[in-house]
Amino acid sequence: MAIASPGRAPTLRPNLRLRRAKGVVFQAIGIMAIVFSLGTLVILVADVLIRGIPWLDWQFLTSFDSRFPASAGLKAAIYGSAYMMFFTILISLPLGVMTAVFLEEYAPHGALRSFVQINLANLAGVPSIIYGLLGLQVFVRFFALDRSVLAGSLTMALLVLPIIVVATQEAVRAVPSGMRDASLALGATKSETVWHHVLPYALPGIMTGNILAASRAIGETAPLITIGALTFVPFTPNSPLDRFTVLPIQIFNWTSKPQAEFHEIAAAGIIVLLVLLLSMNSVAIFLRQRLRKQF
Amino acid sequence: MPDQSSDVLNQYPVRRSLLERNRLRDVREGSIYGVLLLASAIGILATAGIILALAGETLSFFRAVSIVDFFTQTEWTPLFSIKKFGIWALVSATALTSLIALIIGVPVGLLSAIYLSEFAGPKARSVLKPALEVLAGVPTVVYGFFALLVVTPFLQPFVPGLAGFNALSPGIVMGIMIVPLVASLTDDAMASVPRALREGAYGLGATRFEVAWQVVVPAALSGIVASIILALSRAVGETMIVAIAAGQNPTFTFDPRVAVETMTTYIVQVSLGDTPSGSLAYQTLFAVGSTLFVMTFAMNVFSHWFVARFREVYD
Repeated sequence: MAIASPGRAPTLRPNLRLRRAKGVVFQAIGIMAIVFSLGTLVILVADVLIRGIPWLDWQFLTSFDSRFPASAGLKAAIYGSAYMMFFTILISLPLGVMTAVFLEEYAPHGALRSFVQINLANLAGVPSIIYGLLGLQVFVRFFALDRSVLAGSLTMALLVLPIIVVATQEAVRAVPSGMRDASLALGATKSETVWHHVLPYALPGIMTGNILAASRAIGETAPLITIGALTFVPFTPNSPLDRFTVLPIQIFNWTSKPQAEFHEIAAAGIIVLLVLLLSMNSVAIFLRQRLRKQF
Repeated sequence: MPDQSSDVLNQYPVRRSLLERNRLRDVREGSIYGVLLLASAIGILATAGIILALAGETLSFFRAVSIVDFFTQTEWTPLFSIKKFGIWALVSATALTSLIALIIGVPVGLLSAIYLSEFAGPKARSVLKPALEVLAGVPTVVYGFFALLVVTPFLQPFVPGLAGFNALSPGIVMGIMIVPLVASLTDDAMASVPRALREGAYGLGATRFEVAWQVVVPAALSGIVASIILALSRAVGETMIVAIAAGQNPTFTFDPRVAVETMTTYIVQVSLGDTPSGSLAYQTLFAVGSTLFVMTFAMNVFSHWFVARFREVYD
């Protein structure tokens, strides 16, 4: 800041010490903000581990739910989550990849393309519970699938579709255009080029997107409650048309009970869910690293 | 001589089959295009399905209930014998919990992002950024568990009159949930501010803090505002945290210490009971759902519009 005084040249007062101190203070606040979030996460995990570990044994993983915390287990929920995830990916993987390939490789730049793209962006912002209402009205009632694994998977497939499309689009966009040109120059058709060159190259990225989508699906509770997945299920589903429960619903059910023992087995359920998510995400990170090496 | 000409033709069998193959190929390529187009239509069908499913039942609902009452009354008792349908009892709870979430989540998210983007070294950044992302991957049911069984008991000694179910602790936990959303969108916005702008400010003698606060943040402001609106939209639509920890007591209040019921919690509550389809209670699901959908949709559209309108474009 320059201050002019009569008879003397303007003096520069950089005041650097104070200005740098502001930066140090701000940096400390920034670090505190991060520590606050991460500290909360650490407390959350620690609390869940302390409550849940003593209940975590083979019996817990292989028993059905029960009125007694000591004999209750996750069997139905584990089967239900596995079934649901399988069908969700089975439905949304081909749809998502086809949409992404259409948008990136086929659709002319213009109204149609941007309409599909904007629509997907909007779908990604719709609250998950609204998908539940959609599933209730369309799959459970209109297609009369009842409250089955299939109805849940179809609902969830729509929910994760934008995730898969965006991930696949990014992966496909990252394929060098020289690959396409070379294939086309050798006489391959567009579909042959996409199938034999673009998709194999984009595969790690597509896989990463699908794992992220699956981990989103496995943690979602609200839409499945809305379509009426059961909270007490003493059986495993035998077909896609059977009724079911999933891990988060089972955890929700136990958390909502007043007894502290049920809260503890809810914590044990959370450990199982978090371990599952952690291992899925590790695979995704591993694939991303491999992708990076490839290019 | 006919024989000779057929010999000539037979000498080049390849040419004829190539023509045939071309035709087949065109059919195949065309049908692949068609299939891909159809697959892309699914997303549009989903949007149409959401709007139709919500609108249909909502219209039936408003045939039985006055739309004026719905938007002006403040009592919500559709499951009791004396039925009142004032959506404000639910909207107030949604607004309250979301507001608390923003009060926590926005400053924490912004400060984290500014620190990570402008102050942290590449090494700290490569550790802390993914660590923050972990927060986004925690299932919301786990956050609900945390809000009900850890945060509420922790706060009770400090906040007199804090009930077992309240708006405060799910609001705070929701705030932590939206931190990675705010942080990563803000970080993206700040990363797109060109290096030359920073170098220019440094060249004029600005400190790191001044560059961050007076140059980069204003330049990234449109992205920051958009991230806050998206975070609000996420908080409004969030279900499990409030369903577990905020209670099921529809009251028109802005007292964060007592049990309330958000729009999303109401949908969960009715879904858990066995509501026959076609009943008025069933239709309330969709009336509440429509209100929620319109609110979040408006926020999402606004945030995209805001970025498109106010983004500084550098080339």
